[in-house]
Amino acid sequence: MNVPLTLLGLLERQSSHGYDLKRDYDTYFSPGKPLLLGQVYSTLGRLARDGKVVVGAAEPGAGPDRKRYVITERGATEVEVWLTEPVETEQHLQTELFTKVVLALMLGRDASAYLDLQRTAHVARMRELTEIKRTGLLIDKLLADHSMFRLEADLRWIDVTQARLGALAEEVRK
Amino acid sequence: MTGSTTALIEARDVVLSFGQTPALRGADLSVAAGEILAVMGPSGSGKSTLLHCMAGILVPDSGEVLFDGRRVDRMREPERSELRRDRFGFVFQFGQLVPELTAEENVAMPLLLGGARRGPALAEARGWFPRLGLDGLEGRRSGELSGGQAQRVALARAMAARPDVLFADEPTGSLDSLTGEQVMELLVDAVRENGTTAVIVTHEARVAACADREVMVRDGKVTSLRLERTGP
Repeated sequence: MNVPLTLLGLLERQSSHGYDLKRDYDTYFSPGKPLLLGQVYSTLGRLARDGKVVVGAAEPGAGPDRKRYVITERGATEVEVWLTEPVETEQHLQTELFTKVVLALMLGRDASAYLDLQRTAHVARMRELTEIKRTGLLIDKLLADHSMFRLEADLRWIDVTQARLGALAEEVRK
Repeated sequence: MTGSTTALIEARDVVLSFGQTPALRGADLSVAAGEILAVMGPSGSGKSTLLHCMAGILVPDSGEVLFDGRRVDRMREPERSELRRDRFGFVFQFGQLVPELTAEENVAMPLLLGGARRGPALAEARGWFPRLGLDGLEGRRSGELSGGQAQRVALARAMAARPDVLFADEPTGSLDSLTGEQVMELLVDAVRENGTTAVIVTHEARVAACADREVMVRDGKVTSLRLERTGP
């Protein structure tokens, strides 16, 4: 997740205080895994240093920090470019799943049992995500969907690998 | 052990071959009353055959199938037919609606076959349409329904006689992701509301995730999947 650009994007919507930015970020982009407030302020500090936001004077009110952050032209341009760029696809043909299967075969362990266990863990997580989708807001459903499709991709790989374990074992034990 | 001790329906060491080709090689499966069970497995693993044995559609070469304490595998066809009609409901990959009948007549069909009078049967059938988001489609024939609508009509037909067990074989297999998800939500809601036990054969993890528990069929045998780590 690109935290600086996401915070910048939220600031393009409207100028904001650090705490309000954190709240919006947690609500929309990171439910269940809140951003540390310290990270928000350090990020805003860097954005200010780089001329992408300007910091207003402290405003009266409750809370430790009542400074209002405003996006600059430079910051808005950066958000504009970022939103139109494709996200980089995964370049590394390595995953822990893959490593465990190959190593298990090399060592003569039961890779099939591991794949079954992994499959169960994935489906269990999908069950939790299904519940989130059933009870959550549309934004929660979309995020849960993204996770579910990724898990499904893993499961398809697990199915294919399960079917090829014999041949794979021969290859890695040569 | 592949299920609960309070099984409503159970397969014990079920073996079945089609000619020289073995489909089930000693499959064990038990499903508790009110449970939603997903049966997963690769193509040709025997998962649909197992469902057909448990539902009394196929008779195993050996082994036992029990429903509510009764030996389904020992029943003659008329008795199994009655069991399927009165106690079980079915949803298949393609709705398999009768094309000459309207949607509501399709839904009423199990009730009519069970001896209900036409008026009350159709009234009961119509009650399912708003529950499944099918308002206004009662008079349509299957050719005038989308895939998702047809599958929801098939679900209504399966549930109309308030079965003890719903057997679903790839119920969303012919639908796109979003439509399939809607059908599964409706299916789960319907079986939970009615306290129906459900056995759902699927190759889709997304569908299995709607169930209480899943098992895997591989090479004609059932593997129970549990998150029990054996390593450190």
